[in-house]
Amino acid sequence: MSLNLKTSVLKVDQPLELKSGKVLKRYELAYETYGVLNNSRDNAVLICHALSGNQHAAGKYKDDDKPGWWDNMIGSGKPIDTDHLFVVSLNNLGGCHGSTGPKSINPETNKIYGSDFPIVTVEDWVNSQSKLMESLGIAKWKFVIGGSLGGMQAFQWTLQFPDKVEKCIIIAAAPKLTAQNIAFNEVARQAIMKDPNWHNGHYLEKNVIPNQGLALARMLGHITYLSDDSMKEKFGRDLQKQKLNFNFDVEFQIESYLRYQGEKFGNSFDANTYLLMTKSLDYFDPIKDFGDDLNTRLSKTCSKYLIISFTSDWRFPPSRSKEIMKLLIHNNKNVSYSEIDSSGGHDAFLMENEDYFEIMRNFISGDNNGV
Amino acid sequence: MGFRNDLELISSWIKPNSKVLDLGCGDGYLLKMLAEKKNIKGLGVDNDINKIKLALKKNVNVLQLDLDTGLETFNTQSFDYVVLAQSLQVVKNPDKLIKEMLNIGEEIIVSFPNMGHWRPRLQLFFKGMMPVTDALPFKWFSTPNIHLCTISDFVGFCEEHNLRISQRVIVNKNQKSSLLIKLFPNLFGEVATFRLR
Repeated sequence: MSLNLKTSVLKVDQPLELKSGKVLKRYELAYETYGVLNNSRDNAVLICHALSGNQHAAGKYKDDDKPGWWDNMIGSGKPIDTDHLFVVSLNNLGGCHGSTGPKSINPETNKIYGSDFPIVTVEDWVNSQSKLMESLGIAKWKFVIGGSLGGMQAFQWTLQFPDKVEKCIIIAAAPKLTAQNIAFNEVARQAIMKDPNWHNGHYLEKNVIPNQGLALARMLGHITYLSDDSMKEKFGRDLQKQKLNFNFDVEFQIESYLRYQGEKFGNSFDANTYLLMTKSLDYFDPIKDFGDDLNTRLSKTCSKYLIISFTSDWRFPPSRSKEIMKLLIHNNKNVSYSEIDSSGGHDAFLMENEDYFEIMRNFISGDNNGV
Repeated sequence: MGFRNDLELISSWIKPNSKVLDLGCGDGYLLKMLAEKKNIKGLGVDNDINKIKLALKKNVNVLQLDLDTGLETFNTQSFDYVVLAQSLQVVKNPDKLIKEMLNIGEEIIVSFPNMGHWRPRLQLFFKGMMPVTDALPFKWFSTPNIHLCTISDFVGFCEEHNLRISQRVIVNKNQKSSLLIKLFPNLFGEVATFRLR
């Protein structure tokens, strides 16, 4: 079945109060949907994207050379099967792919927001997304699914709207960032803000972009998404040219790969959005935020959870997923956990893997008279 | 199948609406059956991803953890029953595991194949080789069963550690008892199932 791709935009005129105390008077959310919402409106799935993701999760537009970022997972006959499910995928607020964000016009100044765009948190995203849920006439998500930052967001959904998520799949995530995680984010931000084209975040007004800084940020990020083994497998110490040249040009293939990835990203993604996304990661800490209220919220949530981690992921290793698992077990929730053997590092959540896909497929299609 | 009958017995001991942790739960058969028949709230643990897949398909909550390290996950007295069906012999530290189980559950149920049965005894005696039987089909070098014991060993272990045996059922591989098994359980019993507190 074809996905009939199109990007829709929801315009929300109600103000959104942000966790920072600031208010967004109105905003837009860009989204795609795949499959058909059934008559009882109970087959809807929300996909939450990761740091640099967007609403285009599945299918391929006519002129694109690549399909959506999770096309191997979402589609007809795939684990998230659009023959049965109605899948909603949106661009998070603060993004740079159509939702209101730093590239949008600030209605108060009629100028591009740039770094004046308020910092949004995972909590704010969930609040904004509940408006999309309302507008689509969905009372309860059958599934909320996400990897990495998207997994954290999926988890947040079940805490913030305990009665609106039937099942939640949290992949390669963590209950909060460690000092090391935040440190990597800070280096990435510094790389962007030290770029001569940064102009305090108002670079678009000057018709330039801090692409060098953003490229560096991406190169650093990319290293943390891969594993030592997967880099060894893919590049080893292979040389770009036949022999060593004893200069500072690209010598090894891994250097060429990182430069290419950095450059591509630096020219296509928005630096302010990157900063925002890393901040929302840093701030994410629902256990602390909800405090004593966490157990009450968890006791209210009827969600059933599947948590998945990957053995070679060192950004959010299995031990971090197990922290979420333990929290849920101690609160008597329905929870399953699987640790997938993979050399793919953090990025394994985006890669095809027989075990991973079967775990997803079986949980999603598991019969409904459960334990 | 003997294994499933073994689970029928365990199932008969479990009170309705209770909380059950099944260690080495395999495909989730026991928990699925208990959920349907007794409305229990179940959680399984297994370290084989292929078993995890099957359990998820049955809609059984299941955790892919190693029994040798994974039990720290559970709080003290957080389950009514902790079951270890035919998995005692595969763990690294059975004594530690049983203590952990007693900490987590109000009651624990343990079943294991009896190495004291006459067939393995005869194999060792006459052939002078490690026994290979229907219940224990592996050769010594590739067996996952690293801590096999006899019924007498297990009873001795319980006495030594002050564990109270509230019930035990010893049967042959067809899950039947007999006069011989009653008279000489350690010689004629093939599968032993104990309830401990």
